[in-house]
Amino acid sequence: MKLFTILVSTILVNNYVFARFLGICPFLGVSTKMETATGMGFAVTFVITLASAITYFIQHAILDPLGIGYLQTLIFILVIASLVQFIELFIRKTSPGLYNAMGVYLPLITTNCVVLGVTILNIQEKYTFIEAITSGFGASLGFFLALILLSGVREKLELADVPEALKGVPIALISAGLMSIAFSGFSGLV
Amino acid sequence: MEAILYPVTVLGGFGLLFGILLSIASNVFKVEVDPKIEEVLEALPGANCGACGFPGCAGLATAIAEGKAPVNACPIGGQKVADQVAEIMGVSAGAVDKKVAVVLCQGSCDKAKDKFVYEGVEDCRYETELADGAKACSYGCLGCGTCYDVCQFDAIRMVDGVAVIDKEKCTACMKCIDVCPKGIIELVPYDNEYVVKCKSEDKGKEVRANCSIGCIGCRLCVRNCPSDAFTFENNLAKINYDKCTNCGICEEKCPTKAIWTSADKEEKAAS
Repeated sequence: MKLFTILVSTILVNNYVFARFLGICPFLGVSTKMETATGMGFAVTFVITLASAITYFIQHAILDPLGIGYLQTLIFILVIASLVQFIELFIRKTSPGLYNAMGVYLPLITTNCVVLGVTILNIQEKYTFIEAITSGFGASLGFFLALILLSGVREKLELADVPEALKGVPIALISAGLMSIAFSGFSGLV
Repeated sequence: MEAILYPVTVLGGFGLLFGILLSIASNVFKVEVDPKIEEVLEALPGANCGACGFPGCAGLATAIAEGKAPVNACPIGGQKVADQVAEIMGVSAGAVDKKVAVVLCQGSCDKAKDKFVYEGVEDCRYETELADGAKACSYGCLGCGTCYDVCQFDAIRMVDGVAVIDKEKCTACMKCIDVCPKGIIELVPYDNEYVVKCKSEDKGKEVRANCSIGCIGCRLCVRNCPSDAFTFENNLAKINYDKCTNCGICEEKCPTKAIWTSADKEEKAAS
């Protein structure tokens, strides 16, 4: 039951984009088209889930016994950066189209604060291994959801009659803000 | 001791481990790139000057290999590089219209007068800000060597307070042209031996008062040119390089020697 609570909490209530405001850069950067948003979503899901598992192991098996928990941030960034690099190699080999479409945003997952945020919060919340992975998976699904929703809105916005001054990024930010307010309606859920 | 040893080993160990894993992965997931890109990149000068309009030599190599840029797109490599690249791409290069930069001023210290003594920062861009520089002629070379500083190919020398560009070393990368605050450096065709080395649009009397080697607008060159290659506007003679036949009559006629020739100097150097 706790796992389900964690999942719902990270996807809807404490959505990392809409409630914690992490990962705004890729959120606005790749949400112009549904296709790239989906690709980015999958990449982030893979990275966060894997990073949650690996960082949990590193924190509890290596850092805590040696009493060097303060290296957490440094080591986690190292893990995330390597993972992203690995995924970049993988996607480049398997799907050149996706590789070109994601362009600069793929290496940018390295500095996507959602990834670091999730892994560090997992440790702070004192989750067990399974809970940590669930929380990571939920967080990435939440990010995925936010990306897909906004990209859908932005594709429709292309055709809408937007006032001259608000065209482009301003109207996207306004839409994102409205979605964030809508998501605050979930706050009593868990 | 442990307080230092543990973090260092752990961090170093992780770095090493991930490094090895990534290098293995990069071999496993190796992507075959067009070998032509690397071959073209080898042939290019590798100066990454950006004069071709692409982001560095690698950008140009990719564009050439994909057929998006002509094989002679590298302006600094000239005919030699174009031929090599053409051979790699399997097409003929065609003739490269080689150009070189020329400083259009000969007002050295003994020939051009100064308005005041400038003792500020040794940079033409700063000097220009101060009453258009110390030279009496507001069009002339200030001689601080800003172009000399940006030239990557050692083609510019400062001689008697005027920049002189070595025709053989110049690669027409346009760095000096961009940086010159006076706008007196221009590209001229390499094969062209005669240049009006003056940019002054002042009236003849003023030019004469300021500088002994400026164009005074007498139009002798315009009248005497057999191939009608001169245009005259704003008190300044200009050579139309397409029409010029390198006959040298203009240089002989020019009373102030504002028309300069590269051929003459080479002969002098040879003898």
